[in-house]
Amino acid sequence: MHKGRAKLLQGNEAIALGALAAGCNFFAGYPITPASEITEFMSRELPIRGHPFLQMEDEIASLGACIGASLAGRKAMTATSGPGFSLMQENLGYACITEVPVVVVDVMRAGPSTGMPTHSSQGDVQQARWGTHGDHPAIVLCPATVLECFELTVTAFNHAERFRTPVILLADEMTAHTREKVALPEPGEIEVIDRRRPTVPPDWYVPYKTDGSLIPRLADLGEGYRYHVTGLVHDERGFPTERLEEVQAFSTRLFAKISRNFPYLEQVKAFRIEDAEILVIAYGCTARAARAAVRIGRERGLKIGLLQILSIWPFPRRSVEAALEGKRAVLVPELNMGQVRREVLRVNNGRTQIVSLTKMDGSMIAPDEILARLRELK
Amino acid sequence: MKNKAPSLPGARVEVRLAGSGGQGLVLAGLVLAEAVGIYEGREVAMVQSYGPEARGGASKAEVIISDAPIDYPLCTSVDVLVALSQEAADAYCWDLKPGALILVDKDLVAHPPSSLAVALPFTAIARDKLKKVMVANVLALAAISELTGLVGRRSLEKALIARAPAGTEELNKRAIALGAKLAREYKTRQTGEALPELGSEDL
Repeated sequence: MHKGRAKLLQGNEAIALGALAAGCNFFAGYPITPASEITEFMSRELPIRGHPFLQMEDEIASLGACIGASLAGRKAMTATSGPGFSLMQENLGYACITEVPVVVVDVMRAGPSTGMPTHSSQGDVQQARWGTHGDHPAIVLCPATVLECFELTVTAFNHAERFRTPVILLADEMTAHTREKVALPEPGEIEVIDRRRPTVPPDWYVPYKTDGSLIPRLADLGEGYRYHVTGLVHDERGFPTERLEEVQAFSTRLFAKISRNFPYLEQVKAFRIEDAEILVIAYGCTARAARAAVRIGRERGLKIGLLQILSIWPFPRRSVEAALEGKRAVLVPELNMGQVRREVLRVNNGRTQIVSLTKMDGSMIAPDEILARLRELK
Repeated sequence: MKNKAPSLPGARVEVRLAGSGGQGLVLAGLVLAEAVGIYEGREVAMVQSYGPEARGGASKAEVIISDAPIDYPLCTSVDVLVALSQEAADAYCWDLKPGALILVDKDLVAHPPSSLAVALPFTAIARDKLKKVMVANVLALAAISELTGLVGRRSLEKALIARAPAGTEELNKRAIALGAKLAREYKTRQTGEALPELGSEDL
């Protein structure tokens, strides 16, 4: 950490700064607790840099505007919370099928519906995966600290641009509103990936034709490249098709462009798992409590470790599988009724005992609660 | 700066500032966190908690201070509790560390949670001496500095001036001086020592 540049930053501010660092030059949104600080920050900072900020009439329009801006060559982001995220699901599917890079921040709050706007929750984990209809791949990242808010927002943009897909940054109220002293990396220290644009003249451009990468090149609208964008399943030229071989090839490619990159997408952080007998698997704000529990438990001689999940979708199967190996039990604490435990169970496939620790009262799971549950497993 | 800061009483010091919405507790937490983190070079984490109301309702800020990286950013065993309302004093006194400093507003908290609580008239002094009720939070911060030494008064002043709107510098400096004075007078009453002469900076 570069001490000299340390600043006290909130998770939401770090997300906005991460977006700017990744080259975000368009934001459309509708403020909502607990994500409003992102919108507020972007409304201040983007116009200063000569880029558009739009406050839309609702979240449906917000994501719509972002998709349009991205097609025109902008790096676009919107930020919302549960109720707005629900409204965005339709356009999220549209971005999926049209392969438009866009970053959607969902700062989770207690739900369903209006729920408890100022209280933390992790209830949108499965919504982020399956919220939009039709089978589709999803990339979802989950920060736990202020620095991770910054880093994963940069990663979200890089994934979106690289894979031509919407990427969701799934933060939670606690992470978004925690302030910490952090030193953010300088622009030169950050990897920024931009979409591949066509190198052929406009007349030769076939919008959805791919090379070995399975990811078509994206031309900026308004640059002379004319093409058709539709939510209908389309052929290489972007026009609707129902020809079996074209439809199947299209769906296969949509999945394959993500699934062939699973190893590249997997992101976890291991803390003292080498000799651990009991493992905690956690993500977001709960991972911080789990880390404290492991630290305190180790001081008291408990052989426990933590696997923190950062890339929650696609679920990091390989890392989780490796971490489960040889453990006597695995505890999955989360602020929902067990949405990630379900995934851990699937990967576990009967190897070891998987135990859930759930909470839905709007408060955090405290390190003591995790420790108490771990002791019961002894 | 870091070398000059005295060692902390524990590996992890937890401060909770609680009251009702509008008393400026989240801002106070922010100023305390910046004073300790940026101007004194310690590790710091701060969380805020508030209800859906624009004004009123319960509001609190929690500041964790440490010389090591902070994993859990919430209070688990509170070292310093500041309560500016009776509700806050009642609600947040159950997870205090033994011997914790409890600092309450003398007029707004009629029944402090402990006979050892330090009751100082932050709001009344802010209203009567500075004609601004809203700086009661600043008086409380200065009192924390004076009573615990967790944060230096100069650091507080710098952090506050950097955060507060332009034009309030003088008001805030006077509020810090008054808060510190209140705390010093309290210490003097406790120890029976003579009150040191006040410098011009105190008023």
